[in-house]
Amino acid sequence: MSKSEPILSVRDMRVEFQIKKQNALPWHKPDILRAVKGVSFDLAEGETLGIVGESGCGKSTLARAIIRMIPAQAGEVIWQGRDLMKMNPKELLGIRKEIQMIFQDPLASLNPRLTAGQIIAEPLKTHFPKTSKDETKKRVRELMEKVGLSARMINRYPHEFSGGQCQRIGIARALITNPKMIICDEPVSALDVSVQAQVVNLLMDLQKELGLSLLFIAHDLSVVKHISNRIMVLEFGDIAELGDAHDVIHNPQSPYTRELINAVPTPDPIVERQRIAERRALAAGT
Amino acid sequence: MMVDVQKMEQFAENLAAQEEVKGRSLLADARRRFFHNKAAVVSLIVLSLVVVFSVFGRTIAVWSNEEIDWGILGQIAELGAPNIENGHFFGADQLGRDLYSRVIQGTQVSLMVGVVGALIAVIVGTLYGAIAGYTGGKVDNVMMRFVDIIQSIPYMFVLILLLVVFGRSLFMLFVGIGLISWLDMSRIARGQTLSLKNKEFVEAAIATGVKPLTIILRHIVPNLLGVVVVYATLLVPQMILTESFISFLGLGVQEPNTSWGALINEGAGNMQYGTLWQLVFPMFFFIITLFSFFFIGDGLRDALDPKER
Repeated sequence: MSKSEPILSVRDMRVEFQIKKQNALPWHKPDILRAVKGVSFDLAEGETLGIVGESGCGKSTLARAIIRMIPAQAGEVIWQGRDLMKMNPKELLGIRKEIQMIFQDPLASLNPRLTAGQIIAEPLKTHFPKTSKDETKKRVRELMEKVGLSARMINRYPHEFSGGQCQRIGIARALITNPKMIICDEPVSALDVSVQAQVVNLLMDLQKELGLSLLFIAHDLSVVKHISNRIMVLEFGDIAELGDAHDVIHNPQSPYTRELINAVPTPDPIVERQRIAERRALAAGT
Repeated sequence: MMVDVQKMEQFAENLAAQEEVKGRSLLADARRRFFHNKAAVVSLIVLSLVVVFSVFGRTIAVWSNEEIDWGILGQIAELGAPNIENGHFFGADQLGRDLYSRVIQGTQVSLMVGVVGALIAVIVGTLYGAIAGYTGGKVDNVMMRFVDIIQSIPYMFVLILLLVVFGRSLFMLFVGIGLISWLDMSRIARGQTLSLKNKEFVEAAIATGVKPLTIILRHIVPNLLGVVVVYATLLVPQMILTESFISFLGLGVQEPNTSWGALINEGAGNMQYGTLWQLVFPMFFFIITLFSFFFIGDGLRDALDPKER
């Protein structure tokens, strides 16, 4: 991990949603849901920051707000010295090829009417429209091999792939523009355990090879622990804890983190029973 | 033995050369399912026959649609019945014109009206609905309220007014039908777009920085296709019915041009003189075509149903 300038620093990010009550009259003020309440963090080059928290705590919202897919109420996102929040659409387009995203549902994140090759080539077509057909195809094949798919599958459609393979297509699509950072929005939550490990290892290998920074969102602590250098625990839109991965897992400072760690299921029934008892004691104590 | 070895070598070479596996698209899947549906396939064949009849039927006609058979004029009920010998395969109409040629002419016009109406609906309605649904917010609101307003005007009234004011012509009929046919389609397309635009593949395209218009054309519209195609096949008979109704009222297409509706109207008017064939033949083509379209629509809906993947 380099100690140089962070590649991305987020300062005091706030995201709010207005919720209209049902049967509300037009002049009634809508309720405000504070999804992200002032989150700040840095991400160094080549580093992986894991973001954990229970569902609905604002993990995905934070990620989407960073790349301006949803509007943020306040905050700064400094990407290599420039504030993303103040960019015009044209400048933003240039950034989009440097920050790519991987999604949760592998099948739903691929257009069912396009072939794997077309899907992977799309970012290239968007950002480098002058790339020739042969060149594009060459790049697509290269990437397919890199993420562990046979290049022969280039003309197949998403529904002909398994979940893990679909996620590999998603990763290939994210890599084709040579990004500097990838936001992984629960990339393994929808996969079964053996495939999860494969995909996580693939991500780690690619990171090492290409020097990528990863923002890795998950609700599963064991996965995050495996891949992350540092971990940020979100609790209802606030940072509960942010620190070195090892420290956060083995020496959690906030009670919320402790609860999260205790909630990770273990396959051993005796240990599991002990931990349930511990958790009860903890809950009674607070 | 030599031959066999050669063959095997060739086979191995072919395998090695055959690098890319061909994918099975959703449409290919749907096509396979569609052709397993007997009613739909029979309907498709019947419909093709009707189209072939309307295009090539003229070649075996003895009489053109404009000639008057002076020999039977005035005695249509006695001499004008369907007869292979004198060349009136479907009989003759009240003016002594050959009904076979007239039915061909009517089929061409009716099919054209149906297909053109449906095409306008598909192109305009889908794009309009997709743009409204994808853009959302105020634009969506304005665009859809506009559709509401147009739809709240009784279209039959507008159509009749158009035909009366601008004169009865085929072109005006297309304009009138085109004006109303895309409204329902745009609503359907918009509804589907709303559910599509929150799918992750659209989000992925946005995150990549794909332009909105490209997203609509590349990601939204192709995924609307299933619903749109089904609705379009059901729209064609609806357009034909509308045109027939207008022609039945005496507006619509103008003599000497004709359509199924106009022919049926004539046939119904002359029923009392015992010339039933003037009603039966146009009616027969009308009914089998409508049935075919409905069954094809049903078959397409079953074939394209995404739930059954």
